[in-house]
Amino acid sequence: MSRLGALGARLYRGEVGYDFIGKRKVWYGLSILITITAILGLAVQGLNMGIEFKGGAVFTTPKTSISVAQAQTDAQAAAGHDAIVQKLGNGTLRIQVTELSQAQADKVKTQLAKDLSVDENKIAADIVGPSWGETIANKAWTGLAVFMVLVVIYLAIAFEWRMAVAALIALIHDLTITVGVYALVGFEVTPGTVIGLLTILGYSLYDTVVVFDSLKEGSKGITKQTRWYYSEVANRSINGTLVRSINTTVVALLPVAGLLFIGGGVLGAGMLNDISLSLFVGLAAGAYSSIFIATPLVADLKERDPQMKALKKRVLAKRAAAAAKGEPAEGAEDTDVRYDDEAEDVPGGVATAAAVAGPRGARGGRGRPSGRRR
Amino acid sequence: MAAPNKGRRQAGSPGRPGRTLALFLIAMVALTGGMFWSGHVTPRLGIDLAGGTSITLQAKNTPGKPNAINKTNMDTAVNIIDRRVNGLGVSEAEVQTQGDKNIIVNIPKGTNSKQAQDQVGTTAQLFFRPVLTYAPGTPTAPEPAPSTSPSGSAKPSASGKPQADSSASSKPSPSSTTQGRAVTDALKKAPTPTPTPGASDAPAGSATPDPSATTPPPPPDPATAALEKKFTALDCRDEASRTTVNQSSGPKDTIVACGQDTTGKNWDKYILGPAELDGTDVSKAKGVLDQQRGMWIVQMDFTSGGTKKFQAITGKLSQQQPPMNQFAIVLDGNVVSAPSVAQTLGASAEISGSFDQASAQNLGNILSFGALPLSFDVASTTTVTAALGGEQLHAGLIAGAIGLALVIIYLVAYYRGLSLIAILSLGASAIMTYTIMSLLGPGIGFALNLPAVCGAIVAIGITADSFIVYFERVRDEIREGRTLRPAVERAWPRARRTILVSDFVSFLAAAVLFVVTVGKVQGFAFTLGLTTVLDVVVVFFFTKPVMTLMARKKFFSEGHSWSGLDPKRLGAKPPLRRSRPNLLEEDPPEPPQRRSRVSAAPTDSKEA
Repeated sequence: MSRLGALGARLYRGEVGYDFIGKRKVWYGLSILITITAILGLAVQGLNMGIEFKGGAVFTTPKTSISVAQAQTDAQAAAGHDAIVQKLGNGTLRIQVTELSQAQADKVKTQLAKDLSVDENKIAADIVGPSWGETIANKAWTGLAVFMVLVVIYLAIAFEWRMAVAALIALIHDLTITVGVYALVGFEVTPGTVIGLLTILGYSLYDTVVVFDSLKEGSKGITKQTRWYYSEVANRSINGTLVRSINTTVVALLPVAGLLFIGGGVLGAGMLNDISLSLFVGLAAGAYSSIFIATPLVADLKERDPQMKALKKRVLAKRAAAAAKGEPAEGAEDTDVRYDDEAEDVPGGVATAAAVAGPRGARGGRGRPSGRRR
Repeated sequence: MAAPNKGRRQAGSPGRPGRTLALFLIAMVALTGGMFWSGHVTPRLGIDLAGGTSITLQAKNTPGKPNAINKTNMDTAVNIIDRRVNGLGVSEAEVQTQGDKNIIVNIPKGTNSKQAQDQVGTTAQLFFRPVLTYAPGTPTAPEPAPSTSPSGSAKPSASGKPQADSSASSKPSPSSTTQGRAVTDALKKAPTPTPTPGASDAPAGSATPDPSATTPPPPPDPATAALEKKFTALDCRDEASRTTVNQSSGPKDTIVACGQDTTGKNWDKYILGPAELDGTDVSKAKGVLDQQRGMWIVQMDFTSGGTKKFQAITGKLSQQQPPMNQFAIVLDGNVVSAPSVAQTLGASAEISGSFDQASAQNLGNILSFGALPLSFDVASTTTVTAALGGEQLHAGLIAGAIGLALVIIYLVAYYRGLSLIAILSLGASAIMTYTIMSLLGPGIGFALNLPAVCGAIVAIGITADSFIVYFERVRDEIREGRTLRPAVERAWPRARRTILVSDFVSFLAAAVLFVVTVGKVQGFAFTLGLTTVLDVVVVFFFTKPVMTLMARKKFFSEGHSWSGLDPKRLGAKPPLRRSRPNLLEEDPPEPPQRRSRVSAAPTDSKEA
């Protein structure tokens, strides 16, 4: 791990770094591809909606020796509809029958109890009318819309509107990918899935917020220097918080993985599994989008700002001039000079050793800290 | 509050970690003590973990009453359902509204959930309507059955299994002698029929007796024609058509309805006139065993107003020819029974049909407690056996333990000594979460369900993330070449802001979900919100002070290689800081606000 720590340090100081922003077209392309695939999957295959959304019943029997085929025959005979029967890890049966009314479901339950020769009260039943799923789905959509509006407002206040927009796009991207995975793989969509999906909302933004926070700090007073332009600062922010992003994502995924393992391994199916599955996909997508989508988007949006355009021009001009003089270009990564030894030449600036993960003059040659404070 | 709280204390000053910590620990002990003192040492478990039945009812919009689904009506409905369910002697059943149009009925294990289920969804909208005509319940020409007398009894919709009725004939009534199945208490000779009150368009049944009453009166207007058409097309064998056929009609309309005959096998369909009485005219009803006939019936006593109306209608009907001498007792749109009337009747009536004890008592119970102001659909019913519930809880707890262990292993591997602080903080979070959940059970009726358990497990990650944000900040400061103590203090304000902003977003998601969703999602959202708030509390009042205290310990401050703060490992440069000491040991308090910087200040409420 120590090497990781050292790598973290080098990332932090910008000694090593990956050009996330520069390659943004690649990420955008990749994401657009994935999104299109997801949408196609949705359009072509559609989602495999669970009982809760179609109306029907799920029966869970106690441990039984009866065979799956036998149970299926019995259930279909009693219900008059197709039944899906799974044998779970613990020897119990899970029987799903779609489009059953309450009264029919009661009959099926009684019949099943007779066939399996168990007490009727030993059979768990989950009976859902077709309108209930619709209610859940509608509420979920409402929640989604309300949340998006609120979070955009909040992020616009806490950061700035560009970041809010980028975060929103990243969020929609995560949700689309998650839903697309469900369509493509054919996982069943249950209320648990919806819960998981809605949780992604808060969570997918977590990493994004961490990066934005450092970006905001790193780009403070950016127009007062001519060493870096915005995209470079943004890239530094990503690299500087990379370890943090990876760690937070891994730590968030671990409990979900535990749920997934237990839900899938022990219970066979059910709420635990449904929630964790969609969370898992969504969190992974969220981690990806915070680095590869949200921040590059902010940079893109920001570079359109006239101020930033002018800054970029200045920076590039200065570098060109320096190159012409044969000096080491500004922004070249040489780390032997420390800014502590440097004279301050920004009026009103106090060179604090601001712990910004953005560029610091200290790290980048002879410059002065851009993340300065006044 | 997602912006750093500037008034709190000088950012970066160590403050008084000991005092903060002591306060936090006192609060924790108080909570734990409160939990033991109140005797609720475990969180109350939801139906899906403890076993039982949960029924979700969804209010339906009734046409013509666009604003019927409102809080008042919902509360009335909750009260009535509560009385019905508890009238069964079901213990500890909970009835509560959820969202704006759902009612959740939770029935713990060990009670007769089936019976309760029959009761809760029944709206008990009871009407007495004169019969205009009837026919077998398949799509036919609207002809009354020519020779058979009307089948008098039908299976009430709410009953369980139809039982063979004692009267095997299709005679209208199983009553011993009279045809009138609405028997008076003492066969009171009723006074002359009073005119029907307020029935503006008098039912055809009360028109002058039509001697050739074999067909319904000719359709005088399009509405009637439409009704005829409906009647002709109606197929009573199909449940969907039965329920939809008169859904859009009010009590004052002439309707088409279905009812089962006495055998409980065949359906008849009826055209019925406007309602003459309704459920509110019934003062009391109960299921009783009719000793003479050896069958269960439901006996109804009318209110004084109801008695008058009942006299009026029976007086009128008794003058009619069949089939128009019958009145139908319509419960929730289905004809329960359609006795014919031979004489004017008074203060009470009875409904007989293929009742057994349970269904008779249920119907009596329902009629007594009144009709619900709204009609409901049973949106979902979940029955969970205690065994399955226990299993799910078990699995959830194992999953939680595994998740926690994985997180701890990762933190230890990556942060070494620092992870001790994280683990302590996670422990504090866990204790707080557990005690608060236990106290919320009796407090606000919070019940831990499976999604809530999931929420708590997922929250482990969220909580740990906050520590990571802080630790990484501290390590960044050390990379800057700082010694530990200033690093800890300087890292805090920035980490604090990140934690607050991201936790606020999580909290926002949870709050929105909690407000707009229903059912299972709500439990999840609640837990998520609770743990997010606790995360902030723990990080502020536990993790940070502990970190400050730890920073004074040699093990950490000297950067022991296992402390997770070893400058060499972190790749810090040896500090060359003596040149500008003034900037090192003090963090300038929050810089003056820049033009471009809007600081958000939401929510101290989050910490409250």
